[in-house]
Amino acid sequence: MPADETLPVRSSHDIVVVRQVVRTWAMDIGFNLVEQTKIVTAASELARNTIDHGGGGSARLQRVQNGGRAGLRLTFEDKGPGIADIDLALKDGYTTGGGLGLGLSGARRLSNEFEIQSRPGEGTRVTITRWK
Amino acid sequence: MERIPILKMNEFLLVSIQVDMHDRLAMTLQDDLTDRIVRDRARGVLIDISSLEIVDSFIGRMIGNIAAMSRVLDAETVVVGMRPAVAITLVELGLSLPGVRTSLNVDKGMELLRSSLADGGNGQRHAGR
Repeated sequence: MPADETLPVRSSHDIVVVRQVVRTWAMDIGFNLVEQTKIVTAASELARNTIDHGGGGSARLQRVQNGGRAGLRLTFEDKGPGIADIDLALKDGYTTGGGLGLGLSGARRLSNEFEIQSRPGEGTRVTITRWK
Repeated sequence: MERIPILKMNEFLLVSIQVDMHDRLAMTLQDDLTDRIVRDRARGVLIDISSLEIVDSFIGRMIGNIAAMSRVLDAETVVVGMRPAVAITLVELGLSLPGVRTSLNVDKGMELLRSSLADGGNGQRHAGR
């Protein structure tokens, strides 16, 4: 299994593929069932955001190591309109897309590390990491 | 077009979601179910999600919508078979499926539907809660 892989995130079907590949990686790293479910769910939320708000983009999977700890890092990137107010976008229930507004905030809760970079007009990059 | 089958059993509709649903498939199911509730005069909908490995906010919203729509159409919805890991993740995600009745398995779900129909008043259409 490679330690680095990038998948397209452009269609509803791509979200399903991202979920399946993230699941395979999480199992391979040795995450238990609850941990697998959490990172796969977070990936599903972020992949959908990439499509709905970013107009499509990519998902990068990386197997990471910190001392003796293995982890899975996922980076979702788009070249969409970006997020003007990140604090607001991270609030539970805030939405511009007609959803529940739980995508970003929920993905953050389901991860151990969360980072978001965005500039209006340039796109958005969200990185999450879950450690074993 | 790909569709999730809906089975009719007396006054109930049964749906067992066996695939990792993409978003359009979830929307189609929502539309199909509301159509069938009316066409079959169904009084209850049982959705088995025991095969689902995750429920994200999109699928969660679809389940909530189905429950709300069926209530408006005078039918009850029960979701059965949620895996423990899915339940833990859903709550952490921030979704507790308000307004959705759940049971551990299909048998208990059917029991719940039957008893809530019986409570609705001797075969008469109930007026809701």
